Amino acid sequence: MPAPRVYKAEGIVLKGRELGEADRIVTLLTPQYGKLRAVAKGVRKPRSRLAGNLEPLTHVAVLVAHGQSLDIISQAQTLEAFRPLREDLWRLSCGLYLAELVERFTVEGAEGHPVYQLLLETLTRLALATREELLLRSFEIELLDHLGFRPELGQCIACRRALEPVENFFSPGGGGMACPGCRYKVGLTRPVTVEALKVLRLLQRRDATTLARLRLRRALAAEVELLLREYIAYILEHDVQSTVFLDRLRREAAAPPAGGRPAAPTG
Amino acid sequence: MAADYVPAPEPVARLIEAFNRLPGIGPKTAARLTYHILRAPAEEARALTEAVLAVKERLRYCSLCQNITEHDPCRFCQDPQRDSSAICVVEEPLDVLALERTRGFKGLYHVLHGVIDPMDGIGPDELKIRELLARLRDGRVKEVVLATNPNLEGEATAMYLHKLLAPLGVKVTRLARGLPAGGDVEYADEVTLARALEGRREM
Ligand SMILES: [Zn+2]
Ligand SMILES: [Zn+2]
Repeated sequence: MPAPRVYKAEGIVLKGRELGEADRIVTLLTPQYGKLRAVAKGVRKPRSRLAGNLEPLTHVAVLVAHGQSLDIISQAQTLEAFRPLREDLWRLSCGLYLAELVERFTVEGAEGHPVYQLLLETLTRLALATREELLLRSFEIELLDHLGFRPELGQCIACRRALEPVENFFSPGGGGMACPGCRYKVGLTRPVTVEALKVLRLLQRRDATTLARLRLRRALAAEVELLLREYIAYILEHDVQSTVFLDRLRREAAAPPAGGRPAAPTG
Repeated sequence: MAADYVPAPEPVARLIEAFNRLPGIGPKTAARLTYHILRAPAEEARALTEAVLAVKERLRYCSLCQNITEHDPCRFCQDPQRDSSAICVVEEPLDVLALERTRGFKGLYHVLHGVIDPMDGIGPDELKIRELLARLRDGRVKEVVLATNPNLEGEATAMYLHKLLAPLGVKVTRLARGLPAGGDVEYADEVTLARALEGRREM
């Protein structure tokens, strides 16, 4: 059966790239078609009916027409704009990080339902939630699960023995933990504290109740974050760019940058 | 390697490639422009070359507002008639021209030359933000108007600048956002409509 000339889709806008004078190539994640790239014509003109509906991190319903090289978005209607996310720079940057992860990990034309559902839920929670960091970690672990990169956290990837409650080692190349005896057999590794491994396992088990009670020390949160960041960069063979800005915002929140005049001390 | 098929003579291929690197120009347009120049009189080609070179050789960034200018400081920064207590921050030099056409702003400008775009690795250090802070140092500027585009990257940039400037004691304002003139309430997206409501005025 030939593909219909016009089709409807629901999606989450991951990113936009300017094209020509007033157009934009929009990348959406859809449940039916996976990642979808399509042109929004005239979208950068103030009177465009598409404009506000196709900003990144918008849940949108679109009408798409088959085009010669890229398909063309003819109509777009916002289903959810996640406004609280847009009005807070930190949460917005977290959202962009999620969008970049999905954009880098997914391919065009492949069915994308579980990842779509995960992104939609996470953005919804991010727009309400306070514990953004934990939300990002859960997202990373679940995304890895869906894409077939679930890290082995229960037993040593080399000798298959259960891990002892001591400092163990994570091998991005081996896709999991190695015991102290096997650490040199599994490529480059990083040490993992007992507490960090516990947090990772809770995340992997999606133990929401225990996670909700969890208070992570800064150092422990950083350890878990860096481990996952390293693993993700290894799989993608690329750094995730938006982490640079996230790191910067955190740094500046801890120590405001020196501005023109001495910054007023804040509580 | 003797009888290789060459699709286009080397200078032609080189010009196509050069046009193709420009924003908004694909391979087809690049080829069309190249063949246009090939057929055009020599004077037309020479005038184009000179115009391109003049842009690179005679224009520079204004050391104050970072706008492109022939003379440094630029005509806005030198103009004693303009209100030096207000600075309007824009993304690109073209935005200055658009705002000037309104004749509604009498202050000075500051051109960031881009917006924060975390996914593309463009952060504050890639923009002319340090230069903006330097202009606020002596305390003569009382208001900074943020006129970045009302899209996600423009908003992110405005929020970042607000966070950075607020502790300096300068008043930070944002261009009002609302419905476009000639637009239709029915077709406005949720975010635009919500912001237009927030920015409503008594009549
Ligand atoms: Zn082992
Ligand atoms: Zn100037």
